[in-house]
Amino acid sequence: MIEMFQPDFMQRAFLAAVLVGVTAPSIGIYLVQRRQALMGDGIGHVALTGVGLGFLFQANPMWTAVLVCVLGAVVMELVRARGNQRGDIALAMLFYGGMAGGKLLVSMSSQSGAGSLESYLWGSILFVSPGDLAVIGLLAAVVLAVTIGLRRQLFAVCQDEEFARVTGLPVRVINLLLAVMAAVTVTVAMRVVGLLLVSALMVVPVAAAQQLTRSFAATQATAIGVGVVTALLGVGTSYQADLPSGPTIVFLAILTFALFSAIAAPLARRRHRASVEHGPAVCDVALTGGGANPTREPGTAEGVGTVLETTEPARTPAGTAVDKPLSGESLSSRGLAQ
Amino acid sequence: MSAVTTTTDSDRPRPSSSEGTGPGEAGPERSGPAVVALRGAVATVGGRPVLRGVDLTVRPGEVVALLGANGSGKSTTVKSVIGSVPLDRGDLELFGRPHRRFRDWHRIGYVPQRTTAAAGVPATVREVVSTGRLPQHGLLPFRRKDRAAVDRALTSVGMLDRAGDGVAHLSGGQHQRVLIARALVGVPDLLIMDEPMAGVDVDSQQVLADILRSEVERGCAVLLVLHELGPLEPLIDRAVVLRDGCVAHDGPPPRNVGQHALPGHDHVHPHADDHHRTPQGLLA
Repeated sequence: MIEMFQPDFMQRAFLAAVLVGVTAPSIGIYLVQRRQALMGDGIGHVALTGVGLGFLFQANPMWTAVLVCVLGAVVMELVRARGNQRGDIALAMLFYGGMAGGKLLVSMSSQSGAGSLESYLWGSILFVSPGDLAVIGLLAAVVLAVTIGLRRQLFAVCQDEEFARVTGLPVRVINLLLAVMAAVTVTVAMRVVGLLLVSALMVVPVAAAQQLTRSFAATQATAIGVGVVTALLGVGTSYQADLPSGPTIVFLAILTFALFSAIAAPLARRRHRASVEHGPAVCDVALTGGGANPTREPGTAEGVGTVLETTEPARTPAGTAVDKPLSGESLSSRGLAQ
Repeated sequence: MSAVTTTTDSDRPRPSSSEGTGPGEAGPERSGPAVVALRGAVATVGGRPVLRGVDLTVRPGEVVALLGANGSGKSTTVKSVIGSVPLDRGDLELFGRPHRRFRDWHRIGYVPQRTTAAAGVPATVREVVSTGRLPQHGLLPFRRKDRAAVDRALTSVGMLDRAGDGVAHLSGGQHQRVLIARALVGVPDLLIMDEPMAGVDVDSQQVLADILRSEVERGCAVLLVLHELGPLEPLIDRAVVLRDGCVAHDGPPPRNVGQHALPGHDHVHPHADDHHRTPQGLLA
């Protein structure tokens, strides 16, 4: 177990994994917030052209990818901001053009090897060079400075763009900044997760986190936690089992999502109980029965048990022994509530 | 029940800003440049002309209602005032400054039309309301006094106890109150509200009217887009009625624009009461 921390390339891979695990969800949450979860995927496609350019001109593909990604992201943002009816067609052109152009450029370049392109598509822990790590570190620092430092501004713009404009925020500049940061993050994550799955690490940890949280700040923190843990575990597993790192990480992240979804229902039930104890403050109108809820229950719980099965809020804190067998049923009543 | 509340509401003494009182009574509040001065506004949305020369003035401390049928240009007028729909022709001055050079956005509180579309990530009531404080703290950290302002705004709409709850789980009326708190948190001199009563049950409408009343008494000017006057009627100084992108009436609130504008008329949503009765029936 210990020996996997010994080789230099593994130390670099773990370090890169931490950086990716932190940056990808911290920018991804804003994309998810304004329902642009797949934007990272589009940038990932465009990035392939950048990698191809790097191969062709024998430059570091990291830098060419950053340039092309930023350019692509800015175009995407401009298309989105115009709200054009044919916007999605324009985006489709961009994505597929980026993908096709990348493969063509790689094929044209002399130093191309199929394995090398493969490592960019799916991620590879073996290929994080010291130079790559320096670039990843630098870019990650920039992304984090923006996403943490401007979190209130970014939150306001992604939550309600029109309102943000009335608060005097330079909405257009912030939107462009967000697009550029997403592009930079794609490049950061490219080495470890691979271009095809970059977007997953931006979106899946956020989706997992919001199963459990109800505030934006908590979602962001949890998503970063999920990102770091799955990236580290993924790289470790990748080494142990000789698997490509990207799919391993993403699979672990999706497992986390499933796990969080499973424990979300009981957790929501507990919270609901806590809020019921606060009394009728939740209502606009004072309910006649609202305040009496907790007192009424002990006496009548047996009699109205069958009726209560579908009314989640009324359930009393009856202890864990009663709670356990109800988990399946609570899922169904949760479905009804939605 | 709702009919009773409406009646008692119109019996209440009118605040100083109502049409019956002279402009002199409000004192210096009323002087100074118009808060909103829109002249000859022409705007198109999606290639269709929506505003065809709208004049609209809101003076300090005044409550102006924008009325009109669907598609008459009410919302577009408001959106052009806040700058999200650009004017093709015409002038817009805010607090005496041309729109282009207006920077005092903290003086304006905007309450958009409530949409049911939630953002993709959960956010608490406090987090949403805090965004209204951005003009004050800007790039600086959110400090104690900003937090206190958020608490005050939440208290004034009666939602402080829900501060930690997710906005996605609020009712229509509660959500509307959160949006109002977000606009009030900066203590604005002009409140712009787009259909604040839409999809809000009768009891919450009364709460909203009370919130608005206290803001008006503080001296805040209000520009309201309304579908019907409803419980807000006693607060309104002036009504501007739009028809097909033109001003059809500018003066005292009209008494007779269809059934909806009748004084005391209210949308009584039958399910508003049923909603509260159902759980009782189940538990009884």
